[in-house]
Amino acid sequence: MIVFNDVYKSFGPKKVLQGYSLEIPDGQTTVVIGYSGTGKSVALKHVVGLLDPDAGEVVVDEQVVHELDRDGLVELRSKIGFVFQFAALFDSMTVRENIALGLKRQEVPQREIDERTHESLALVDMEGSEDRYPIELSGGMRKRVGIARAIALRPRYLLYDEPTSGLDPVTSAVINGVMVRAREKLGVTGLVVTHDMNSAYAIGDRIAMLYKGMIRQVGTVDQIQRTHDPIVRQFIEGRPEGANDAEGLNTQAVS
Amino acid sequence: MYRVVADRFYASLTAIGRTGQFVSDFMRSLRDVRVWAGLTAIQMRKIGVQSLPIALFIAVFTGMVLALLASYTLTGAVPIYFVGTMVGKAIMIELAPVLVGLALAGRIGANIAAELGTMRVTEQVDALETLAYDPQSYLVVPRVLAATLMFPVVVALSMGVGIISGWLTALGLLDLSTVEFVKGLRLFYEFKDVWYGLVKSMSFGFVVALIGCIRGLNAEGGAEGVGRTTMRAVVMGSQAILVLDAFWAVVLL
Repeated sequence: MIVFNDVYKSFGPKKVLQGYSLEIPDGQTTVVIGYSGTGKSVALKHVVGLLDPDAGEVVVDEQVVHELDRDGLVELRSKIGFVFQFAALFDSMTVRENIALGLKRQEVPQREIDERTHESLALVDMEGSEDRYPIELSGGMRKRVGIARAIALRPRYLLYDEPTSGLDPVTSAVINGVMVRAREKLGVTGLVVTHDMNSAYAIGDRIAMLYKGMIRQVGTVDQIQRTHDPIVRQFIEGRPEGANDAEGLNTQAVS
Repeated sequence: MYRVVADRFYASLTAIGRTGQFVSDFMRSLRDVRVWAGLTAIQMRKIGVQSLPIALFIAVFTGMVLALLASYTLTGAVPIYFVGTMVGKAIMIELAPVLVGLALAGRIGANIAAELGTMRVTEQVDALETLAYDPQSYLVVPRVLAATLMFPVVVALSMGVGIISGWLTALGLLDLSTVEFVKGLRLFYEFKDVWYGLVKSMSFGFVVALIGCIRGLNAEGGAEGVGRTTMRAVVMGSQAILVLDAFWAVVLL
């Protein structure tokens, strides 16, 4: 289980997370929604120790992430797959090498690396692209390879940072399908941050809304769709009225 | 005014602290031999072998000009075979290490800063960390080790080529024989001249690569930020070479 306990994080004068608390139950996909630049990705990066909280803690499997030493972090990261917003594929490596890199770190035998590479690419419908370079792939294909790289590690947790941003609706639907398939086949616990409500409804078991650095509301998809909270309603319906007040806002985006 | 000075002072202290922490992390990462060993060999080829053309180009013209300058300066004052002495001493002690070092600060420092800077702003460094790699072991150690080991090799070859260039110039354009040139070359030769130049170049390689890595991994702000980072890496690398050159002159000569 992943637990955010009263997490605070600022960048200079900009306060991003201000008492962020959320539990991510095992075996489910939790989607965090919220306006662009409100710190959804910042929260996600705390889970793998890419950022440390100013106050509070993030606990993964009863381990406080920011208290882990170097070896502890390596062990923690080996059970978490992270899919980046723009895929973050290594552009000097082929698709095969991108996927193999994490497996080599875990000292998986070469034969198994080949098998897992093939399986992962099949799961995201990208067979046959092993020898292509990221520059030769479209945005949607890169995201799928990013997912393949994460699931090849057979992680317990999969974290997705804006998996459908910048994609057309059809490609977004393909990515949503890939994420659902990954959960069904691998049984991983998912944590997704997005502002794409179609994606949130398609892949989420639970939805939480981040607003002004805190979780405004959390519930099942059905509960969120029937909410009476005006801020959450406005966001999920995409109504522009008073958007500046609602956003809180954010003259400078935070990744 | 005081505020500006205080801010600058604080920023300098912070930079020193971060550099110290970076070097400390670098030392700690040396234990990940399985991660950096193979990558270091690749970087040695990239930093060493691929830098040879520019280094040897510099050496050829430096040796040639040095022979002509020595002849112009010394003719009528001291025996002409001192051309060999001047070419040998100047190339080994100063010109090969410093000129080649400055050229490589541009080539290698810019390459490292731009590559790592691009990786930083496109989240590839973060991706590396989520795959349980330490960026220090995977990115920094191979580059810094390769530069530290390969700068002296490139400089040693440049010394040889520079001296040969000076000798051929003396033969072709000056009224000097091979015997006279070699006599001058050997006159005040000490083995210290060679190792002094090589030790210097080793330190140049270390700082140029280290600065490139520090700047690159701290890049921010997209393409413009990477450009700024690269420029700073080259300027700081060149400055560091000149400061180190003075330091070694005080300490070793």
